[in-house]
Amino acid sequence: MNIIFDIAIIGGGIMGCGTALRVAEGGMSAIILEQGDIGQGASGVNAGTLSMQIKRVKLMPYAIKGHEMWEEMGDAVGFKKTGGYTLAFNDREAELLHERMTQKKQAGANIKFVSSEKVATAEPHLSKKIVAASYCPDDGYANSSLTGQYYRRKIDEKGIGLIEKFPVTYIRSTSEGWEIRSGDRSVVAHRILLAAGGWTKKIAEMMDVELPIRARVNTVSVTERAPKLMSGVIGHATGLLTMKQKENGTVLIGGGWQGKGLPEQGRGNVSIESLMPNLQLAQFALPELSNTRIVRSWTGFEANVPDFYPLAGKLPNKDNAYILGCVRGGYTIGPYISKLMGDYILGREPEMPLFDPARKIEEGRLI
Amino acid sequence: MIDVIVIGAGPAGANAALDAAGYGLKVLLIDEGRDAGGQVWRPKSTSIKKAPKTGAIVQGDTLRQKVRNSSIEVRFETRVWHIETDESENWLLALVGPEKEYTVKSKTLIIATGAYERVIPVPGWTMPGVFGLAGATALLKENMIVPGRRTIVAGNGPLLFFVASEVIRLGGRVSAVVSLNGLWDWVKALPAMLMRPILLLQGIKWILSLYLKRIPVYWRHGVKSVEGKEKVEGTSLTRVDKDWRPVPGPEIYIHGEALCYGHGLSPAIEATRLAGASHHFDPTLGGWVPTVDQYGRTSQSGLYVCGDNAGILGVGAAPIRGAMAAKAAYEDLSGNTGKEINKVIKKRAEIFGRAMTALSIPRAGLLDFIENETEICRCEGISRAEIYQEIKFGARSPNAVKSNTRCGMGPCGGRYCSETVALMASDFTGKTREEIGLPTARPPLRPVVMGEITDDLDYDDLPIPGVSPL
Repeated sequence: MNIIFDIAIIGGGIMGCGTALRVAEGGMSAIILEQGDIGQGASGVNAGTLSMQIKRVKLMPYAIKGHEMWEEMGDAVGFKKTGGYTLAFNDREAELLHERMTQKKQAGANIKFVSSEKVATAEPHLSKKIVAASYCPDDGYANSSLTGQYYRRKIDEKGIGLIEKFPVTYIRSTSEGWEIRSGDRSVVAHRILLAAGGWTKKIAEMMDVELPIRARVNTVSVTERAPKLMSGVIGHATGLLTMKQKENGTVLIGGGWQGKGLPEQGRGNVSIESLMPNLQLAQFALPELSNTRIVRSWTGFEANVPDFYPLAGKLPNKDNAYILGCVRGGYTIGPYISKLMGDYILGREPEMPLFDPARKIEEGRLI
Repeated sequence: MIDVIVIGAGPAGANAALDAAGYGLKVLLIDEGRDAGGQVWRPKSTSIKKAPKTGAIVQGDTLRQKVRNSSIEVRFETRVWHIETDESENWLLALVGPEKEYTVKSKTLIIATGAYERVIPVPGWTMPGVFGLAGATALLKENMIVPGRRTIVAGNGPLLFFVASEVIRLGGRVSAVVSLNGLWDWVKALPAMLMRPILLLQGIKWILSLYLKRIPVYWRHGVKSVEGKEKVEGTSLTRVDKDWRPVPGPEIYIHGEALCYGHGLSPAIEATRLAGASHHFDPTLGGWVPTVDQYGRTSQSGLYVCGDNAGILGVGAAPIRGAMAAKAAYEDLSGNTGKEINKVIKKRAEIFGRAMTALSIPRAGLLDFIENETEICRCEGISRAEIYQEIKFGARSPNAVKSNTRCGMGPCGGRYCSETVALMASDFTGKTREEIGLPTARPPLRPVVMGEITDDLDYDDLPIPGVSPL
């Protein structure tokens, strides 16, 4: 094993693959080390929602750029721009909706408030109990299942290295840079990027770096093929429901209801106690779903830090080591922020600022 | 609190429940059927008033009577759709059924979900008039209906001869029996079959009855394609070599309006996988099986298995496997010693069962029967070519193939296609089936109607956790 790569990237999700593509364009030799299959972690199992209405205010400019990139990727990732409604069913939710969407609008998202009559005309199958709603014509979705297939082809085209089934077990710094091992296999690179989503904390610990990373265990369900029930992406004022119907008729139901398990234990498990209210809420919003069968429910790990802002920059106190992760709305923003990360690693000034992992991270406020 | 929940009321599960109740444990027995008996001792349709008393009916009726006379609480026509453990390490099951009881808890769980059939596709296999071999036995047993005017029976293993003899017994016509196994495969299995002389005799009787009726038996032949315009009109056959690859030679055409077709049974491991037990691949047990001790204890504490889902050993071994799982659960719960188990009976049944199962394990040559356009995933209509392209391009795990193609995302949950996909990936890469692995186990165990798994929502009672940060 004599090849020394310019950079080894731990994690074959959107963040890792996106950064690899950018640094390769800039002339670096890169290798992606993936514990399972490419694009099968959070990048491949999330609900695929590309909605401005669920993005954080401060991350809106990144989300807008990310959305443009998804649109360019187009059919290869199942991109659809459908527009989307966010619904409120009582006064408290209406107030919440108004406060939140106003700020998101100010941050640049193309969001407007619409009457419940308008919603009923556009989405006739939705509940008539809607008291307030907002609409964004840019909202849509992509098919997250295709993430792996998309990036596999891209990195193959660019001649980027990829080793799958390479769970990292040991990392040490050498005179050359970094040696990364999985059992008795070893890869050496001048630089290292940690982009392993929910598994990043454990990897950083191998380098003696403690990061306050936690993992949410988000639940997603899919139905059998159903007759047309909705045309756009549907959300809820609290963020606790997302729905969309794919062209094949299947309905994807998400909303961040929490399953069980930790990244180091596997892929997480669906919890009956949170799946039930998730599906009840979906049926409340769209009553005809009651006659539809759920075919599969699953979970994915969404890594975050207490302030819910990304870790994107230099790994604290280490040379030639970087980290990218914990991006809330990471599916939408991923292609863009990984491009910025690639520029940073190449020594270029990123188009928008990154998020220094060495900042003081305070507990964020949940409303 | 319930001591033991048993999922599956076939000969293994029902006997586990009976023994557990006999130990004084509080037992709940759940099955999707309308009574106990499982697939093998299936109760007759209620529309059939009179039927000859075959062994299976007598044994099934006896079992059903015993369950009724026991202290076992039963939930029939009820399906378990999710399994997890709560914070006190109790089992928590989600149910769908006639009772408005959506979840149930217990200290221990015995899984006895049996088997389902394995079918490796050939051109035309999705045409109306094609039945799975095991599906055909269900039709014959429950409804006493023969599949078609003339039936062709094809595939491998012992089920072929059972189905053919049942069709004849019920007055149907069998136009041919097509067996991938050669007569030599059977001769080699003879020593193991001597462990159960009665079953051996029964098998010989089945085969002899075919010869007496001058029904052609094609040894070491496979169905090359199912022919017909809108439904089955016949099949063309070809000779196969020892790996079951088609060998060049004259094709044989057989007329028939029904084809019963299958390649043995697969252990139904979805429930044990969802419950978190470790599994491994053992061809002589039918493929992937939970890893267990001799009593059926899995790698998860408080989780036991019995019956064909723990490895295809057939009905002969089922009751004793049930008794063993009940004994293990009782001993682990109480610290007392359960009844003595006659392990000789189990051993003999196991030797016999493994030999029969080995006859049905698909060999690599079967993949050569599948053409590019042949559908592998019939729920989603995905062809061999589409799957092969993904494998060639680097998708080597069932999860990756599924993500890229939707293969296995239909209502069957991959029961029918995942075996073929794994065989293809293993054949292409030279990797073992263990290395290829299994797709992630996820609920529901079968598709569930959303309106049936929960009560109506009182909106204000909805547990709203903290909403996302602004």
